[in-house]
Amino acid sequence: MKTPSGSPIIQVAARGLVPVIQIIGLYVFFHGHYSPGGGFQGGVLLAASILLARLSLGTEVSQLLFPARKTIIFSALGALIFAGTGLAALLAGGHFLNYEFLPLPGLEPAELRNWGILIIESGVTLTVMTSLIAIYDEIIGC
Amino acid sequence: MMTLLFHILAVLLMLGGVFFMLVGSIGLNRMPDFYTRSHAAGKVDTLGIMMFLAGMMVFEGWTINSAKLLLIIAFVALTSPVATHALTRRALLIGLKPWYRPKKDRGDSHAMAD
Repeated sequence: MKTPSGSPIIQVAARGLVPVIQIIGLYVFFHGHYSPGGGFQGGVLLAASILLARLSLGTEVSQLLFPARKTIIFSALGALIFAGTGLAALLAGGHFLNYEFLPLPGLEPAELRNWGILIIESGVTLTVMTSLIAIYDEIIGC
Repeated sequence: MMTLLFHILAVLLMLGGVFFMLVGSIGLNRMPDFYTRSHAAGKVDTLGIMMFLAGMMVFEGWTINSAKLLLIIAFVALTSPVATHALTRRALLIGLKPWYRPKKDRGDSHAMAD
């Protein structure tokens, strides 16, 4: 259990910064095809926004933002998305993680690779974000 | 001609930023205690990075990259002083005493040893 910071400067800055950091994280995740970034970096930014709320706004508000009991579930879900995409390509006739064989109807092979990379990157983002939050929650005990 | 003027302005802004970063790092080494050091690191680094990025904006011109650099300037201007404030506030609450110059005439009763 962590109480909110006593300084109004820190509280106001954190309330303003948490949505901005989340938007930057989503931008880094979705723009990872064309520019520096990707799933891991976007996940770290999303986790940093939640951890900033945990540190500055206290347990009550930040548990509403992202509850601690759901971190392991979402972490496992991200790993399942990653491995499931690879296995779907494997079962459809290609190699593991060969996006060209994904069973999505009506798409060119190039578009299939595009969407396949986006799907596994979303899994990586989910796993990295929730794993970092889970590590922090174990350390501070909230 | 205008390009040359803009380049000169950009180089001057970047040199100013480099100067302030140099001053900040010298202060970080030379200052006596935690509070003065965080003052040097926080304020001067903020100004140095902002001037450097402003120079890059002038160098870049009216493009989308210039707008991104402006957003980075706003982010640095918002976060760096708040981080310095959080560090020094927690140090004061824990009980770290500020440094006083040792008085020669009386015994240094409340002078902090380094």
